[in-house]
Amino acid sequence: MIKDITIGQFFPGESPIHRMDPRMKLILTVAYIVMLFIANNAASLLVGVIFLLIVYPVSGISGKMVLRSVKPILPIIAITAVLNMFFIDGEVLFQLWKIRITDKGVITAVMMCARIVCLIAGTSLMTYTTSPIALTDAIERLFSPLKKIKLPVHEVAMMMTIALRFIPTLIEETDKIMSAQKARGADIESGNLVQRIRALVPILIPLFVSAFRRAEELALAMECRCYHGGEGRTRMRQLHLGKLDVVAACVTAVCLAAAILANVHIQVFVLR
Amino acid sequence: MAESILRTENLTYKYSTGTVFEKAAIQDINLEIEKGQFLGIIGHTGSGKSTLIQHFNGLLKPSSGKVYVDGEDMWANPKAIRKFRFKVGLVFQYPEYQLFEETVYKDVAFGPGNMGLSEGEVRERVHHALKLVGLPESIQEKSPFELSGGQKRRVAIAGVLAMEPEVLILDEPTAGLDPHGRDMILDLIRDYHAQRKNTVLLVSHSMEDIAKYAPKVLVMSKAGIFAYDDVKNIFDRASELERLGLSVPQVTKICRKLSELGYPVPPDIYTVEQARDCLLDLLGKGAAR
Repeated sequence: MIKDITIGQFFPGESPIHRMDPRMKLILTVAYIVMLFIANNAASLLVGVIFLLIVYPVSGISGKMVLRSVKPILPIIAITAVLNMFFIDGEVLFQLWKIRITDKGVITAVMMCARIVCLIAGTSLMTYTTSPIALTDAIERLFSPLKKIKLPVHEVAMMMTIALRFIPTLIEETDKIMSAQKARGADIESGNLVQRIRALVPILIPLFVSAFRRAEELALAMECRCYHGGEGRTRMRQLHLGKLDVVAACVTAVCLAAAILANVHIQVFVLR
Repeated sequence: MAESILRTENLTYKYSTGTVFEKAAIQDINLEIEKGQFLGIIGHTGSGKSTLIQHFNGLLKPSSGKVYVDGEDMWANPKAIRKFRFKVGLVFQYPEYQLFEETVYKDVAFGPGNMGLSEGEVRERVHHALKLVGLPESIQEKSPFELSGGQKRRVAIAGVLAMEPEVLILDEPTAGLDPHGRDMILDLIRDYHAQRKNTVLLVSHSMEDIAKYAPKVLVMSKAGIFAYDDVKNIFDRASELERLGLSVPQVTKICRKLSELGYPVPPDIYTVEQARDCLLDLLGKGAAR
């Protein structure tokens, strides 16, 4: 049950997207997010959708996975839709007592939802096609200029790698502790909100205790193998920018340009 | 035969159903465990022991088949499953990792508290359980996190004992303990069984422990039951056990060797104490001659 949780799960593959340099993927993902947020009308948002429609088939990740990544944030999408629908002024389409739905409200709601879905689908594509290790590698490299201002970039990247590595371990641990407490009659599945939150205490405390214990053991084991930070470490995997990355960058640049042009010139269903 | 307390009917549990990774952890288990028995469960890693015992208190729901506790179908009403968790107490491997309260008292009281007992009743049960596991009264107000490993383990076992379950299941309660701690835990389980006449299921890797404490053994292999019989009959099949990667106790091997060499040593010796008595006897006779 709890093992079904996917947070940025990686699906190994051989597609061009998989083979891209993780640094480029990271940069292009950021560019895509920027594109979604500067898009202020239906046409430019459509460019964002089209981008996904090109990239997903190339990556070989099935559409089902998009649904799976969007599922957890459905409540947020629903709230966004409702808020926009009822609280934006415009021509009234439908009125019931004090609640009214306006044309502008409906348009904004639909577009906001599209934007959120694109945002999630786009960023998930990166985590679906990039192994967590490659991702932290990329982050470390991209941020390494910040070492000049004494930011511990390597340490932060190492912490992220370790955190990612321990997610499955901790999930397994949680499962075990939950079983053990259930065996002692803990009631996790029923009750009101307060009762349910209180029922988490017997699970969270042992989980924290064991996480600290593991951290201490790991630190010791790393020191025993002479780990002393990033200074002078070489890497096993070298990152290379290749032809693929150039092509991807060009495609994204074209889309970004198209979105900006659409913003300026095609003013259909403008947001705000 | 005495009345059965646990019974399974074609019990099967599959992992990852509906995917290519589908695999049966246990398959078609038909088992009947009598009231008041002390049963040892042994098997290789991955033979399905842990999966089986988690069905006895309803932590896992069978993929197919039935589990009966005291004649009652466990999953007839899934909402009432907690009732069976109080009837069948399960002590997990490394149970000390489940401790969470500020004091030992509160932690042991967690189980009985969940049962909805009165405060007085809870207090009585906690005192009793701590006494059973041989911990002094003074420990009650300490934090469970400042105890030694062996003490933590006993507190965790007390936490289950305090629910006074009709069936007590322990999954490798001695894993990671030193020999002294191991004997202490196993002795307290034996004493508990002798006192209460409850059913006890002891999962272990060690044939020595099983032979010493359990009169009857369930051997699991490849998601099924390999044998379910008295200790003597099980160890008679030593060569088959060895093929499963299990073995008979070392002292039994020695005695069988002696018997092969022509000494009058009986083949059904499973504990060091038995062997000692038998050998002393033998030496005494030799001296007399």
